[in-house]
Amino acid sequence: MKKLFSLYIFCFFCHMATAQMVEKSVKGTFLLENATIETVANGQQTGSVLIQDGMIKGVGSNLSGVPGDATRIDCNGMTIYPGFIDGGTRLGLSEVGSVSLTQDYREMGDFTPHMKALTAVNPNSVSIPVTRVNGVTTVLAVPSGGKFAGQAALIDLHGYTPDQMFAGFETAVLYFPSTGKRGRWDRRSEEDIKKDSEKSMKKLNDVWKSAQQFVKIKNDATYNPQMEALRTIVEGKQKLLVEVNKKADILQAIAWCNKNKIAPIFTGVAEGWRVTDSLVKYKIPVITGPVLRNPARDSDKYDAAYTNAGKMLAAGVKVAIKTDETENVRNLPFHAGFAAAYGMGKEAALRAITLTPAEIFGLADKYGSIEEGKVANLFIADGDPFEMKTTIKHLFIRGYKVPMESRHTLLHDEFLERDPGLRQ
Amino acid sequence: MTIRHIIAGSFCLFFASFLSAQNGNVLIKNGTVLTITDGIKENTDVLIKNGKISKIGSALKAANTRVIDAKGMYVMPGIIDAHSHIALDVVNEATNPVLPEIWVGDALDPFDVGIYQALAGGVTISHAMHGSANAIGGQCETIKHRYGTYDPDELRMDGAPRTIKFALGENPMRVHGERNNVPPRSRMGMEQEFRRSFAAAKLYKEAKANYASGKIKTAPDYNLRMETLEDILDGEIIIHCHSYRADEIMMLMNVLEDYGVNKICFQHVNEGFKVAPELAAFGAQASVFSDWWAYKFEVYYSTAYNAAILTKNGVVTSINSDSGELIRHLYHEAAKTQRYGGLTDNEALRLITINPAIQLGIDKRVGSLEEGKEGDVAIFNAHPLSIYAIPQYTIIDGNVYFDINTDPVDMRIDIDPEETMPTFYETGIHSHNHEEDGCMEGVYEQLFLENHK
Repeated sequence: MKKLFSLYIFCFFCHMATAQMVEKSVKGTFLLENATIETVANGQQTGSVLIQDGMIKGVGSNLSGVPGDATRIDCNGMTIYPGFIDGGTRLGLSEVGSVSLTQDYREMGDFTPHMKALTAVNPNSVSIPVTRVNGVTTVLAVPSGGKFAGQAALIDLHGYTPDQMFAGFETAVLYFPSTGKRGRWDRRSEEDIKKDSEKSMKKLNDVWKSAQQFVKIKNDATYNPQMEALRTIVEGKQKLLVEVNKKADILQAIAWCNKNKIAPIFTGVAEGWRVTDSLVKYKIPVITGPVLRNPARDSDKYDAAYTNAGKMLAAGVKVAIKTDETENVRNLPFHAGFAAAYGMGKEAALRAITLTPAEIFGLADKYGSIEEGKVANLFIADGDPFEMKTTIKHLFIRGYKVPMESRHTLLHDEFLERDPGLRQ
Repeated sequence: MTIRHIIAGSFCLFFASFLSAQNGNVLIKNGTVLTITDGIKENTDVLIKNGKISKIGSALKAANTRVIDAKGMYVMPGIIDAHSHIALDVVNEATNPVLPEIWVGDALDPFDVGIYQALAGGVTISHAMHGSANAIGGQCETIKHRYGTYDPDELRMDGAPRTIKFALGENPMRVHGERNNVPPRSRMGMEQEFRRSFAAAKLYKEAKANYASGKIKTAPDYNLRMETLEDILDGEIIIHCHSYRADEIMMLMNVLEDYGVNKICFQHVNEGFKVAPELAAFGAQASVFSDWWAYKFEVYYSTAYNAAILTKNGVVTSINSDSGELIRHLYHEAAKTQRYGGLTDNEALRLITINPAIQLGIDKRVGSLEEGKEGDVAIFNAHPLSIYAIPQYTIIDGNVYFDINTDPVDMRIDIDPEETMPTFYETGIHSHNHEEDGCMEGVYEQLFLENHK
């Protein structure tokens, strides 16, 4: 019996040893104590946050109903922040930039609104842990290419299937015909660009007319997934994501949306600072970014992109911030930090990557702040998370305590003190 | 001529006169001085006279000298970027895998407004590099950002050592092996490009010596390619080698060891952290991105802790931009080594000051604030490693080239009178979003056009 018991103990430790090889996320009841809490919705508070069943069950001091078996985490000297939300990325849709077969953000064709980014989100993308350990817990994965590139999907950065990760917002994205150059390599003349744009505009109008007809006729016998994918937007039940950047294009996009009675969310909006009046007048919410980019025109002030978000906010536009990144979505807090420094202010910049995007996506009841009843997406940091020197200590996504581990930390741990060291 | 043109024209005149009025003298009062090599000096003055730092101390006075009140501000050496492609008309001459005779100094573009954008980020010196299309690419040019001049020669940092671009891995393999169907197509072929070139240069050098000593009657034909390779073998040119993977880094060190060459700084070197002890032992240096990775397969197994691991292994390391965007906030890029690897403030600041100066062979002249060094200074309103830091002044040779208080909006200096509204450039998801490093400028354009015919 004694022998059997030792064998049992031995097996138990073997199990422990193997279990430790891969650190998994842990779900449970957690009480985060003695913390400063950056609620975003209700200012800064001190006290505790209770996490249970994936949700925030309590916020403040002297919480009642804390289960006796709750795992207590002492947050003395640390601050709890709501998880950051990036309103425009390719995360999960592209693994290696130059290897086309690892890229799923772009389908063939100019008119593919039925393509669903969520279908192609790779839950095991190496970039996902790299991103979340910087406090980014939720991102919009956006397809691109063509005019109607597909349906963008909001995902939480934890889960083993796309459906598990889905965070409840999905809508079509339109790349509004651009009269700008696509890059320095774009050799089209101004006239060619104008012609291309006019052609594009005509095509867009034709497509939209067809979509309106399609919805009117309500023909169940035809299989037309493209048109079907635009139904809720034509009917005014869903917002349309519109990527548009140049001043003239923004104004044209506003006119086009008004004419067609479309409720848009504008993204990109690099020259929003030039047209704040119109954005305010038509109450168009904006997801702007990247903040860290060169001025869009050589004649612009060097900090035009840094100051854009702050200028729009000051004029009264509802502004969220995005990175437009794939593997470096982890830089979202730094994009917000630059916007903060260049006129937006810390508090507003924090809101622009938490509660404001949640509001824009119609999910303010679930995401974006530390409040009772919200999804437990949050992190604990030893300082201002916009500062590079700050360390993020703990991370929770949907109530799971997620390990602070990624390919980047693992390679660091393996190679910092390499063994064998120098070649023999 | 419209009002716009008149305004633009008169502004150009203003800008030119503003610069010519400066005489290389400036007194920076009461700042927190981050010397890099001699600690932090609170409430200290820095006097620059005739372009050189003449005194660092307190209560300094000088006649006929512009005074900058830096109370509450941070004064650091001008930031140095060991890898950029700004101020260049052309980056790649991609027509042969070995082209050491090419020199980007022949294609300097003083009108690039990117120079001013870099100045507005505190960067005073950059290493304008040839691209990475070739195994042995062109020679590079170390420039000072003396923006406002029409003369390319004024950008050059006179006396800076010669440098040359080498490149390993995917870029030269793709351009020559895949596209032009000539070697190298693999990392095996890469090695032989270097061995073949160095062997030929050695023979050329021997032939010259034999002719000089009378052993042979005919001198070898003058060959600039061979002359340049010979200078590399003689240690007169510092190699800056675009590289990513651990194996290819080892390969080049082995080849160089066989030829007794040791002046080498690896560029990008994303997998440098994997062979950090070998790099340190060889005396090789590393100039890296703060956090770029996954834009192609050879950078998939990267870590943002690269700079920290290299530094802790004793490799002289710098953070570079390779980008007209990143160059505007290298202080922020350096600060990322505190998130990824916990470097101290001074270790992090070295990555963008004295270390790149060492890599370019100009550390006796710039890269720290010391009496006798050149008057290149960046002044920030907060500690430069803070996200909230905003550059206030950028000074080169004692002349102020960026002053946030008088900074005009439009800083172009070659305005096309026909142009009504300058071109708008899309970015991010609309454009290429750095799926390529900047080293493929020019070549990438061709590849893209071919792929999207």
